[in-house]
Amino acid sequence: MTDHLLLIILGMSVVTLIPRWLPVWIMDRITWPDWAREWLDSIPYAALGALIFPGILSVAKGEPWIGLAGGIVAAILAYWRLHIMYVVFGSILAVMMAKSF
Amino acid sequence: MNQKINKVYHLIKKGVIPIAKNTHTQKITVKSEFTAGVLSAIPIVVGYLPIAVAFGMIAQQSGIPPLLSVCMSGLVYAGASQFMAVNMLSTGAGALEIVLATFVLNFRHFVMGLSLMNKLKKMPVAWKIAVSSGITDETFAVASLKKDMIGKWFLAGLVLTSYVTWVIGTLIGGLLSQVIPPSISESMSVALYAMFIGLLIPAVRENGKWGMIALISMGLNTVLGMFLSSGWSIVLSTVLGGLAGVWLMRRKKG
Repeated sequence: MTDHLLLIILGMSVVTLIPRWLPVWIMDRITWPDWAREWLDSIPYAALGALIFPGILSVAKGEPWIGLAGGIVAAILAYWRLHIMYVVFGSILAVMMAKSF
Repeated sequence: MNQKINKVYHLIKKGVIPIAKNTHTQKITVKSEFTAGVLSAIPIVVGYLPIAVAFGMIAQQSGIPPLLSVCMSGLVYAGASQFMAVNMLSTGAGALEIVLATFVLNFRHFVMGLSLMNKLKKMPVAWKIAVSSGITDETFAVASLKKDMIGKWFLAGLVLTSYVTWVIGTLIGGLLSQVIPPSISESMSVALYAMFIGLLIPAVRENGKWGMIALISMGLNTVLGMFLSSGWSIVLSTVLGGLAGVWLMRRKKG
């Protein structure tokens, strides 16, 4: 069991490192055209969008509105230009309250 | 005399005359930059710790000894795929299946890495490799949305703090699994989403275009998620959402 598991862990380690390391190798060898630079500049925002939704609906199992409420509270706090720590804690608090209803 | 000093001062300011950096001031910059990186990681720490503890507990409950779950956190360092692996192990999935699923789930870091490396042209290769090993959704988001130049020591502080939190959290979870029920950490699973939102909103306030890109990508991920695994869905939505950004930029210029 333990040997088998260690093998799986090593395999997982290799396949998570490949996509992490490849860009280092690629970036040094290719000069990117303008549109590709604009694409790479836009990636962070596209990634954030994809990471937030619909994943946030799964914060509480079977109750998508709880995650949504936490997200809306986070958005409001961030819009008020509060520090990210307050945004995070405010959102956690909102979820805890929503769950107790 | 005074005029001469003034002239020299201006040349230094323009960068014509380089100032010799003494080791003392350099040490202070390294330290303050590293500290800034560590401080930027605090929201990540808040998000990671409960999830890592939960992972350690769940792994322990499904029969994986703490030493091995810590080993997994240290070598794999990818939350979603670690939970998935534990889940698949308990359903009796084979090693190849688990490894393949892990690859699919984490391929998004390739696209993120390309975007981040584009900003780190001048960094030494060894640093790039070290930083790339620590790319996660969260460290990527914090690093790539940082406004001023990203220094290598800032990245070191950010990446190292996040990594250590993940590994130590796993160990704590494995040790505490009998004491604390997993339900406690559930409310905190919103923390990472809140951090993503907290990073996105200020950027949108500055330029609505970023919000458009994020919304397009959210819509894409919702639709694609119905047909694809969540890993590939995030990869495709990020790639296509980013292309929509190119189109938006072009349209504004023209």
